[in-house]
Amino acid sequence: MVNEAPPRWDRRMQQRLARGEAAALGELYDRFASLVHSLAQRVLEDEGAADRITREVFGYIWENPDAYDPKQGSLRSWVATLTHRQAVHRLRQTEAASALDCGADAPEPAEIEQKINAASTAARADYIVTSMPAPLRAALELAYFQRRDYRQTAADLGVTEDEARRRLRLGLQLLATAHNHQAGPPTPGRPGALPPPPPPPTGSGYGRAL
Amino acid sequence: MNGPEDWDRFGPQGPEEPGRPCPGRGERPRIPAPRRPAEDQGPLPDVRVPRPEPDPPAERDAPEDDTNNANSPDSPDGGAERAATQKDGTTDQDPAGTDRPEPPHAVLKSLLGAWALAACSAEETAAVEAHLTDCATCADEALRLRDAVGLLHPADSLDLDPLLRSRVLEGCLGRRPARIPVPEWAGPYDAETAKLDALLRDMGEAEWRAPVRLRWFENDRAAGRTTTVAGVIGHLMSVDGLVAGALGLTDPLGAEIPEDSPTDPTERTLAYWRTSVHEESPLATREPWREQTHALIRTVAFAGRGVAELAVPYGDFRLPLRDSMLERAFECWVHAGDIADAVDYPYEAPAADHMHGMVDLAARLLPSALAVRRRTGLATPPRRLVEAGTPGRTLHLEVEGSGGGHWYISLDSPGALGTPDHTVAHIALDSVEFCQLAAGHVSPEDAAAGQHGERDAIRDVLFATASLSRL
Repeated sequence: MVNEAPPRWDRRMQQRLARGEAAALGELYDRFASLVHSLAQRVLEDEGAADRITREVFGYIWENPDAYDPKQGSLRSWVATLTHRQAVHRLRQTEAASALDCGADAPEPAEIEQKINAASTAARADYIVTSMPAPLRAALELAYFQRRDYRQTAADLGVTEDEARRRLRLGLQLLATAHNHQAGPPTPGRPGALPPPPPPPTGSGYGRAL
Repeated sequence: MNGPEDWDRFGPQGPEEPGRPCPGRGERPRIPAPRRPAEDQGPLPDVRVPRPEPDPPAERDAPEDDTNNANSPDSPDGGAERAATQKDGTTDQDPAGTDRPEPPHAVLKSLLGAWALAACSAEETAAVEAHLTDCATCADEALRLRDAVGLLHPADSLDLDPLLRSRVLEGCLGRRPARIPVPEWAGPYDAETAKLDALLRDMGEAEWRAPVRLRWFENDRAAGRTTTVAGVIGHLMSVDGLVAGALGLTDPLGAEIPEDSPTDPTERTLAYWRTSVHEESPLATREPWREQTHALIRTVAFAGRGVAELAVPYGDFRLPLRDSMLERAFECWVHAGDIADAVDYPYEAPAADHMHGMVDLAARLLPSALAVRRRTGLATPPRRLVEAGTPGRTLHLEVEGSGGGHWYISLDSPGALGTPDHTVAHIALDSVEFCQLAAGHVSPEDAAAGQHGERDAIRDVLFATASLSRL
């Protein structure tokens, strides 16, 4: 539905942002705010923190529209990647800070890492679900959330049972790729996981550029 | 850390049509590559030939049904299935060998997704699980898919705070000022259309068809008409089209523009409803409405300062563009509220500064509305003639709450000045209540307004406020 935008829209949006069109910024927000906010929310499980990530991500895009390379993929995927990195980065900071506060009772680093990976994977999975072809999503929705078996799913969707099985399997195969990625080790020397804007606005990287 | 390309595999692609044939032979890059050379036939080792869409002939289902209906995996039809498999050229890898009758590997494999979701029959579940002890390939995939099920998560129904939009945009513009800003007077329209669009985002077809009661005041009586959510969006689009037309954009009504009254808001709406677009494909009304709202904002941003005073015709009156955009923002909020009521959803009032602008517009329109009513005998005649530009009898309109303030309404003529010194009456009411009155949602008799002073003046102003409403 709202997920699909032709590449032409992406390039046009980039041009409009680059020339400083405030109306384009509004349209960008209207298209991607719920994506950004929900991914950040999934990683951080904190609405205030998700609001902040949303401000940071849109601020970064508005200041650095040229950082997007249409050849590398869609604007949507780029926005999702920026959000994901920034949210995971923020989670890592939060966890490190709370580990410091806890002193001797702090969880093991491996445990923290596990938590970060789980949050990162959950966000990636959400993105995969919202981005997969609608027929696959609809089949998963019926079989998982509505607890329909695959025959009922087939009947509900008006497809063959073969096709229903195929969609369920394919949908899960796509979803399983969320596990293929690690949240990534902390990158020393660069506080923001986002690429620093060229030139870095405060010299301290994206994470503290606000 | 992965780059964007990793994400893009799932990015927007042409949506797959339901009932489309199985994807074949690597033509769909988003499908994970098979992990074993033995599966090189493609990501879907399903043995069947791709089916024509959308409803495959019944006989194609027959073999599968036989398999599915089998009471045990020992069904003799398993052999037939396997024969078909081999004829299709798929390597059957049944590790148990062909002399053990059970559904072939390919069939069991195709069940893995349903199995992981606990969405197949008890017999199939047993057959799959028996197979998993023998087949490392399937066992590996089964684990992966089972793990993937754990990642399914109900979609967040958390709505974005509508105020977050303005905070985010302000933050951005503080970091890098816009070279082409949106004029301040278009801000309320920008905010209200975005808020309505967010409300529409998650609505299903049934909600788009939900009945919505539109209410207004006509000839001093409550009037109303029932349409649907889609009908309301069409109404907003048709009247926004007046602004689009004034700016030289395409009129959304196209050939349906009413000939004798091309700029009458009501006639335009009725003309749109006659097309029945909103009834046939209700969801299809969202995109053109939203595109037009974005186009209006874009256009006024580029148009330069002078455009604020451009006259927008509304049938028998005109508004300068800056007021017209405010009026459209007001209508958008009011009708979004109608929609929200119809689908039982909460909806927030405009931001205080936007609300203030809307109240101010209504207050500025009141002297003319009073004059119209006087001419038709609906309002009391002026006590005395006042020279234009000099103070006359005044009603003090005190609006409380968000966006409120004090307005001094000239009672005698639109040309006279309303001033605190000449106040003969005082009304105090809440800003939302005042807007509901101006929208025709609350009758002048019922409006919760504190009143003090000349009764006729109060009555005239309350009725004139309600008379600002229309379909």
